[in-house]
Amino acid sequence: MSAENVLTVRGLTKHYLGGSRLRGTQHVVRAVDGVDLRIAAGEILGLVGESGSGKSTVGRCVTRLTTPTSGTIELLGKDISRRSQRQLRPLRREVHIVFQDPYSSLNPRMTIGEIIAEPLRQQGIRSRRERDLGVAEMLERTGLRQEMRTRYPHELSGGQRQRVALARALIRRPRLVVADEPVSALDVSVQASILNLLLELQRDLGFSCLFISHDLSVVEFISDRIAVMYLGRIVETTSRERLFREPQHPYTQALLSAAPVPDPALARGRERVILRGDLPSAAAMPAGCRFHTRCPVAVDRCRTDDPALVGVTAPDHLVACHLVEPGRGAPDITAVRRADADHST
Amino acid sequence: MSQVGLATAAPVVRVSQGRRLRRRFLRRPMAVIGLVLVAAFVLLALVGPLVSGDPLAQDFGARLAPPSAHHLLGTDDLGRDVFARIAHGARVSLLAGVASTALAVVVGVPIGLGAGYFRGWLDSAIMRLNDVLLAFPFLIFAVGLAAILGASLRNVVLALAIAQLPSVIRITRGEALVLRDQDFVSGAVADGARPITIMFRYLLPNSLNALIVQATVAIPGAIIGEAALSFLGLGVQPPTPSWGVMLTTAQQFLAQAPQLAIFPGLMIALATLGFNLLGDGLRDVLDPRSH
Repeated sequence: MSAENVLTVRGLTKHYLGGSRLRGTQHVVRAVDGVDLRIAAGEILGLVGESGSGKSTVGRCVTRLTTPTSGTIELLGKDISRRSQRQLRPLRREVHIVFQDPYSSLNPRMTIGEIIAEPLRQQGIRSRRERDLGVAEMLERTGLRQEMRTRYPHELSGGQRQRVALARALIRRPRLVVADEPVSALDVSVQASILNLLLELQRDLGFSCLFISHDLSVVEFISDRIAVMYLGRIVETTSRERLFREPQHPYTQALLSAAPVPDPALARGRERVILRGDLPSAAAMPAGCRFHTRCPVAVDRCRTDDPALVGVTAPDHLVACHLVEPGRGAPDITAVRRADADHST
Repeated sequence: MSQVGLATAAPVVRVSQGRRLRRRFLRRPMAVIGLVLVAAFVLLALVGPLVSGDPLAQDFGARLAPPSAHHLLGTDDLGRDVFARIAHGARVSLLAGVASTALAVVVGVPIGLGAGYFRGWLDSAIMRLNDVLLAFPFLIFAVGLAAILGASLRNVVLALAIAQLPSVIRITRGEALVLRDQDFVSGAVADGARPITIMFRYLLPNSLNALIVQATVAIPGAIIGEAALSFLGLGVQPPTPSWGVMLTTAQQFLAQAPQLAIFPGLMIALATLGFNLLGDGLRDVLDPRSH
């Protein structure tokens, strides 16, 4: 892994004001609440979490579509967290974003050619010929026919539109691409082709990627490293292999056990842990460890102390849980269920 | 795939945007009828006065005369040729309708786009003031403005433009407000597009439907507004002809010479219909999703 990080995020928080000041129901919604991230050159980091965990807000902060409340965001060594839009402009070519919904992410009034060329135009490339060449190359790279350039977005399928979004995001050769649930709105069969295209483009062009998804199998397919997010904070992060081989945080373990397995024989033999309750509101954050309200193995300490994200068993395997201990490793969250079952018989 | 052949990229065949739009427009009969009506109206305003003769010349031998070879559309109570007055009145109506709406759009659209895109205190200030102005009915507002400005054609245009401004601002801001949160606008921000680019390249084209509909309602409204102002003596001053002035003086002679009311009324109706049909057609043609 290269020493130079394309993206380094430290202590990122984004708080929104919710409710009404007039009705006295005003409160702070802590969408992102202290997130640390780093993405090395050419690395794909999968950011996974339930809806409402704040993962999309992280993406919007990193692309500075919104201004973080606090924390730093270093893109290629430069802090962009507080820059104004005008000051950001020179760095805009280094980071780009692909949105979830390919039906609202393309300007319905522009042709595909114009849409793909738009980043070049905003970068100040006035020569139409130069832009046309760039568009032709990106159409080819994303597997779209050249005739597509005169079509309008509504004439394309969801998969084709997402190819256009990729072409557009990559035409300026950014160092970082933020992909916010890029395949979640697509049919499963189309998902695979878009994911393969993304991997192929990543191999050819070598950009880094923050890949945001709620779908573990998608994240497992595409990521080099994975960060698991829960209620505005990262609870565990490590390499893909390690995370799937030995998940440590009880939340990660529950997520993995809940993921559907295609093989029914395997699925039946598995211990499944069903989390009780819903994600607590980001407006009323639980004290202590924010997962303790749903954690099957929570102890008293979890209700009062907020665990830090630290490498307990390995330096590159960070986890925020009191119960992960150096000698013993991760807590066994299936043990509780077995104990319950024993008790009832 | 590693070697992307730029040479293989087919030469770009660029079907002219204008030609494609024209073809789509011509496929809509109602739109074509609208265009014909508007074109006839404009032609009448431009060429009519040159061939119609003097709208003030009185023919005392033929007062309130029915249409004849000599007076194509008859004469009014003072023996003036109605066709000549309609032709000259078309100029006033066209100017009052189109110029005032154009002025309102040119001033109101940037204000509305800016307010909707930037939000914040300026937006609140503009919109509260706007709400106050919207509380006045269009005609009452225009009458008040015209009374303050004084009676002249220029002031009629100005008064009608200012009276239209609040609704133009409101509609544009509403569109901008909805559009600014769409992903494709966020994408433009991520491109590094300047706010002015986003407003006029992203928000405005996507607001066109609403604006065209608004304009096609506003132009006939302004034509009628001009008539009302002229009737009240706040607009075009007699003896200068305008459709509104003609329509209102015709009231007294409705029983003896109904054609005096029918012809200017018909003109107003046809001009209104023309703008409405043209507007519907343009909206359909300019929206790439509808065909």
